[in-house]
Amino acid sequence: MDTQNPDNHGTSRRGLLKCMAWAGTGMVWTVAGGVPRGLGLGEAFAATAADGFTFVQISDSHIGFNKEANPDTNGTLQAAIERITKLPKQPAMVLHTGDVTHLSKPEEFDTAAQLLKAVKQDIHYVPGEHDVIGDDGKQFFERFAPKLKTGGWYSFDQGGVHFVGMVNVLTFETAKAGGFGAEQLEWLEKDLKGRTDSTPIVVFTHVPMWPIYPQWGWATEDAPQALSYLKRFGSVTVLNGHIHQIVQKVEGNVSYQTAFSTAFPQPKAGEGPAPGPMKVPADKLRSVLGIREIDIVPPKSAAVTDVSLA
Amino acid sequence: MINFLIRRGFVIGTAAFLALGAAGAIAQQAQQPAAAGEAEISIQSFQFVPAILTVKAGTAVTWVNHDEEPHNVVSPNRVFRSKAIDGGEKFTTVFDKPGTYDYLCAVHPHMRGKIIVE
Repeated sequence: MDTQNPDNHGTSRRGLLKCMAWAGTGMVWTVAGGVPRGLGLGEAFAATAADGFTFVQISDSHIGFNKEANPDTNGTLQAAIERITKLPKQPAMVLHTGDVTHLSKPEEFDTAAQLLKAVKQDIHYVPGEHDVIGDDGKQFFERFAPKLKTGGWYSFDQGGVHFVGMVNVLTFETAKAGGFGAEQLEWLEKDLKGRTDSTPIVVFTHVPMWPIYPQWGWATEDAPQALSYLKRFGSVTVLNGHIHQIVQKVEGNVSYQTAFSTAFPQPKAGEGPAPGPMKVPADKLRSVLGIREIDIVPPKSAAVTDVSLA
Repeated sequence: MINFLIRRGFVIGTAAFLALGAAGAIAQQAQQPAAAGEAEISIQSFQFVPAILTVKAGTAVTWVNHDEEPHNVVSPNRVFRSKAIDGGEKFTTVFDKPGTYDYLCAVHPHMRGKIIVE
């Protein structure tokens, strides 16, 4: 573990949290106080990864939510999109790791799609459990992944990285947590077969793939089987949302990264009776929302930087 | 748990019958599920209250969500399934066929309930 603090200018309570994690090689956390300087720091950081390839993860926009924890989820999604458009190094593409909508309502999908048009890059989506309420994700897949075959999972290659989008929110009726199901796991095994161990892998999915807090459904039941196919690779980065806070874990060559929401924070695991929207003072809200930049640095590291919306 | 409740109901009913004679008919009735009509389940603090509800066939059961978080109700075999029930919203379905219906919230699968239709 290495720690850097290159930009500590003071003690403002609106301090900016940045965390960077180098998958496969350890982890760096940076906490910078002072005036929010996310873009400035991003700039400095981008320079170190100039030869690589950058993409962005956003998550849990919960369009349609309008209660006290954030009466303006459209506005905070727009702020997140502005962050993306102003990044000094423009990302090659964007991942949305689910809970695009709050209630899976047609008008929420409409609004989300409309707002996300402001993102110029391709957006690759996986659904959250809020996107599949009552219809197994029919509207979600029609809207955000119309070309996909049954199941909604897929993979693609970009910038020398193999990306795998996985769906772990359609098993909630039979499991007490997220799950992939046998068919998807079989597909994953085949999808990875024949790829060299040195191929950097990025898995993106909604629910965490390690058991952060199964009592609240913060786990994926059959993730161990998925990991048995993934662990031979030299660099595996797992990006997810669902819990609306940054939690990280490194296990061997696998780095797990849960992201900020763009809508509202949730309590830490086990704090309070249940998960759900957590109220923070209005002027603090954007400091606990954010986007994530991921720099793929040759030959095979992924540097993860979480940037708050404050 | 169900056995316990039923047994307790029987004991109370029997005692009332022995003590009060004619009033026993009412006590007997009390251990039966409520007459077909309407029943309500409250969703509060990520729980179904009551978690186990016994109703007569033909009863319209309404779930009322008192949380800020949306929930839904779905039986694993899809006998019934609601759309999202947001905070302050309701969902009603009629249970015509006797049987035991387990259900859960597919958004928060640790939330479980059961409807017994007699």
